[in-house]
Amino acid sequence: MTEPLLRVIDLKTHFRIKASWMFGEKQLIKAVDGVSFDIAPGEVLSLVGESGCGKSTVGRTLTHLDQATSGRALFEGQDFLVMSPIEFRPLRREIQMIFQDPFASLNPRLKIEQTLGEPLFIHGLCKTWDEARAKIAVMLETVGMDPLVMKRHPHEFSGGQRQRIGIARVMILKPKLVIADEAVSALDVSIQAQVLNLLKKLQQDSGVSMLFISHDLGVVRHISDQVAVMHEGKIVEIGRKRQIFEAPQHEYTRKLLESIPRVKIGKEVA
Amino acid sequence: MALLEVQDLEIAVRTKGKLLPVVQGVSFDVDDNETLGIVGESGCGKSLTALAIMGLLGGTTVRITGGNIRFDGMDLLTLSDGERRSIMGNRMAMIFQEPMTSLNPVYRIGDQIIENIRQHQKMTNAQARDRAVELLSLVRIPNPSERVDSFPHQMSGGQRQRVMIAMALSCDPKLLIADEPTTALDVTVQKEVLDLMADLQTRMGTAIVLISHDLGVISETCDKVAVMYRGRVVEAAATENLFTELAHPYTRGLLNSIPVVDSDVDWLEAIPGRVPTLEEELTGCAFHPRCALVTKLCATTVPQEIEYKPGHSVRCHFSGKVAP
Repeated sequence: MTEPLLRVIDLKTHFRIKASWMFGEKQLIKAVDGVSFDIAPGEVLSLVGESGCGKSTVGRTLTHLDQATSGRALFEGQDFLVMSPIEFRPLRREIQMIFQDPFASLNPRLKIEQTLGEPLFIHGLCKTWDEARAKIAVMLETVGMDPLVMKRHPHEFSGGQRQRIGIARVMILKPKLVIADEAVSALDVSIQAQVLNLLKKLQQDSGVSMLFISHDLGVVRHISDQVAVMHEGKIVEIGRKRQIFEAPQHEYTRKLLESIPRVKIGKEVA
Repeated sequence: MALLEVQDLEIAVRTKGKLLPVVQGVSFDVDDNETLGIVGESGCGKSLTALAIMGLLGGTTVRITGGNIRFDGMDLLTLSDGERRSIMGNRMAMIFQEPMTSLNPVYRIGDQIIENIRQHQKMTNAQARDRAVELLSLVRIPNPSERVDSFPHQMSGGQRQRVMIAMALSCDPKLLIADEPTTALDVTVQKEVLDLMADLQTRMGTAIVLISHDLGVISETCDKVAVMYRGRVVEAAATENLFTELAHPYTRGLLNSIPVVDSDVDWLEAIPGRVPTLEEELTGCAFHPRCALVTKLCATTVPQEIEYKPGHSVRCHFSGKVAP
């Protein structure tokens, strides 16, 4: 039994919001309410569920974008939820996040080389721009883009290309864990297939672990080793991919699977 | 004669002094009790086609440059504004994609439904309100007599989309145009909304044009399908024939691009390249830069629509050579 890269134990993230702006009766929203899972090195775990189930909050909590209420998260045995921002900084290189919206997640004022180069300098992986540009060129080729695009700005690229740049920005740091939150949801199907293939190939080649957050069960089946189904802040079922898709145990998982519209080819279901 | 007949529809967008064609030679028809699906990726012209039918392409930037649209025998493109207003929202209605933005946030949903009813039918406010409650219960909103006084922000996305459907159905339209009606919804809610639309169709015999990028949704709900790519219908057939005997490489590519939930594949067969932008001038078949079957002919000559099988038309020089 290998040691998990990431172990999440009974994670809770609650938010206190006011029911109305004036009559401040506070309400407690239990976005994540006792979630536990392990991700082994080189494995992909998907969190799947409908909007509001808390799947994105799990990803945001693990990257310190939201604050955990209780519970523990161990990265290589180290509890990083309790770390101060400065203590957490070295881990930021190792835990990287790919966001959903390729139009909002790249700084429009920066050239691609600045967007990809900045994290290299921040994490001390490069000393000079020559070094950085060499790395950026290699990375851009890996994600299927011409290295010359590093001199251009985000507005010159389509959604699919921007998502490739977003992936390059993450992979160039050689992280151990990538958290991808709806990374292909905003793309057209023909482009989504290209980006999914790319993500899967990069994952297999580099052996990075991935927490893949998505509402699309087809996409989840394609990329995962393990699947966790979330509903109302809790994981209702977790297991190997085949088990979840072919022998779902929980009623909610079955309902989700039954709800998906399928292309019927002839008499049989594809 | 079919209820809705679209013939050789042409739409162009004016940018930087140039007229760029965005919909070219699109033809289809829909009959009572029938559902036509229009499928394609962003920028293929499917939504513009819907807006053209509803007469919502105003102004000088986007306009219809050719073809005609006949609804119930009337030529929709030559109607006066007044005549058009009496049909839209009444005998023809549309459901938009965004349930979050297509309801007015400052009016109660009941008032928004009542406004449409009283625009087209002689009813007192009280009668129209009763009708609104009835419609809300028809689309299965719980406690309709209370929810009629709710504001849009007090409802979930699925409920708002149902309110949109209720509003569209308020005058018993003969034709319903639904532009990505479930794209913003969760799968379980999507299923409910699609079931609801199918149920209403069997009860009222409405004709439906369903626009979607989701082949699964199209396959489960439509009688026939038109696949669009960059402004043209590249393949059209009855749903069961389209997916069984598909003849256009783009349709094949779309189908192969979808990761399915019922089986495992190692790699998706993605279509290479990307959807060309409007500004790019393309000669020949618009799909040729991404097509595996491409020849010189494809780059120079626009393929004409041919009848591949009875009731199954396709625009490709090599239809039938697509791998099954």
